Amino acid sequence: MKNEKTALTLKHLVVKHGDGCELCNNDESVLERNRCPHCKTIWAARDVSLQVYQGEILGVVGESGSGKSTLMKSLYMDMEPTEGEYFLDCYEQGQKNIFELSMQQKKYVRNYLLGMVYQNPYLGLRMFFSSGANVAEKLIAAGNRNVANMMNQCNRLLSHMEVPVSRVKEPPRNFSGGMQQRVQIAKAIANHPPILFLDEVTTGLDLSVQAKVLDLVKKIQLEYGITMIVVSHDLAVIRMLADRTIVMLDGKIVEEGLTDQIMEDPQHIYTQTLVNSLL
Amino acid sequence: MLKVENLTKEFTMHIRGGVKIPSFRNISFQVQSGTMLAITGPSGIGKSSLLKCIYRTYLPTEGNIIYQTKEGEEVNLAQASDREMIQLRKSEIGYVSQFFHVLPRISAKEILMEPLLAKGVEEAEAKEQAEYLLNYVGLGKTLWEMYPSTFSGGEKQRLNIIHAIITKPRFLLLDEPTASLDKGYKGKVMELINQLKAEGTGMVGVFHDKDAIEVLSDVQFDLIAGDYVR
Repeated sequence: MKNEKTALTLKHLVVKHGDGCELCNNDESVLERNRCPHCKTIWAARDVSLQVYQGEILGVVGESGSGKSTLMKSLYMDMEPTEGEYFLDCYEQGQKNIFELSMQQKKYVRNYLLGMVYQNPYLGLRMFFSSGANVAEKLIAAGNRNVANMMNQCNRLLSHMEVPVSRVKEPPRNFSGGMQQRVQIAKAIANHPPILFLDEVTTGLDLSVQAKVLDLVKKIQLEYGITMIVVSHDLAVIRMLADRTIVMLDGKIVEEGLTDQIMEDPQHIYTQTLVNSLL
Repeated sequence: MLKVENLTKEFTMHIRGGVKIPSFRNISFQVQSGTMLAITGPSGIGKSSLLKCIYRTYLPTEGNIIYQTKEGEEVNLAQASDREMIQLRKSEIGYVSQFFHVLPRISAKEILMEPLLAKGVEEAEAKEQAEYLLNYVGLGKTLWEMYPSTFSGGEKQRLNIIHAIITKPRFLLLDEPTASLDKGYKGKVMELINQLKAEGTGMVGVFHDKDAIEVLSDVQFDLIAGDYVR
């Protein structure tokens, strides 16, 4: 449609764990699910392409081992892809393949343009540093040097995420899971990144805490218009947040569509099984 | 403004060994702006499925749904991209579902204001319009700040309808909008729908009760016969 601006484009992402052999490199039908029975190579992502538009929330669903986190790690450059092209419209007008940037340029992209909230807060936070310092780390990485300024910003962000200012100096290891998740979100959005990745952010939290985290995600999306990719195996979370959804299985996208269509009229056997597994 | 051509919907249940469940076949009709086409037929014949195909909650199996946009452009809703559908839903095409499910933990007034704010309406103006409509359908001040999950069936349904019409969509799909309302509120809701129609909105509706069909519809289409009734 006219005037639609993309934010992120991923083309033909392939992530292989192993070298592959003549068999599986040439014919993916030999794979058992996503594993080659001959050379034992795992094909964690197989030709994954997607586009996300500005201000949109894209949902990603799929079972464990379907490649959701591989996709997210590749996008946040925690993982080196085997093949693929990755463009961000906010970087060099989307003309440069992010996967081919130098280490330094990648660091810039990570610190200024992207935010990531991991399922496991231990990956996203330094548990023994104060919560304020955790948020400040991202600000420092993005070139801030004025301590008073940063402290102000940290306090503002954390209280916005409903972490009481009186506890800003405490390390996240003292916090409950839900609070840790909120500190992570504060850290991830500290630099107002145009793109935010959320990987199973509510998994393992109890319902009332889940609700708080989700409300917060909705709120920051409305306030800042951040483009997001949200991975979850909880369909209710996807239904609440995402306009469009992709379904992954064995490292491949097997279905994509409007979220309500995926939920109410799924076409692929796996999606039908998934939707019908809802309690 | 809407032309449905040879529309067919069939569900393939892969998890049931690939059983095919037919819904409706080869349906064709047209809807003019400022009119309501009511779809009639017994329960289970595919009336709601037809609405969902037009809104693209269901993927049509065959056929075309040609919609003429505000700019006069023709879009085939059966094949439009997901992004195109999202845009059209935001700007032109509304849908009143049979069962209302709303976002939890958002007050009735905020739910109403949201689509207006998303369209760029000023907050004060959005608030005023929301309050006007809430009052109009008898949802009093005490309910404005409440969560709709605590509402009665009729209250939810009234909120559902005003939520769909507050942005004055150019085209509106209605699935049993008056089903759980008593007489007084039914009248109010029908008035609102007729007002919107008078302003030029084209509509396709599914109704159970004869009164609503009588008052609201201009054309009736029987889904079994696959033809207009009048």
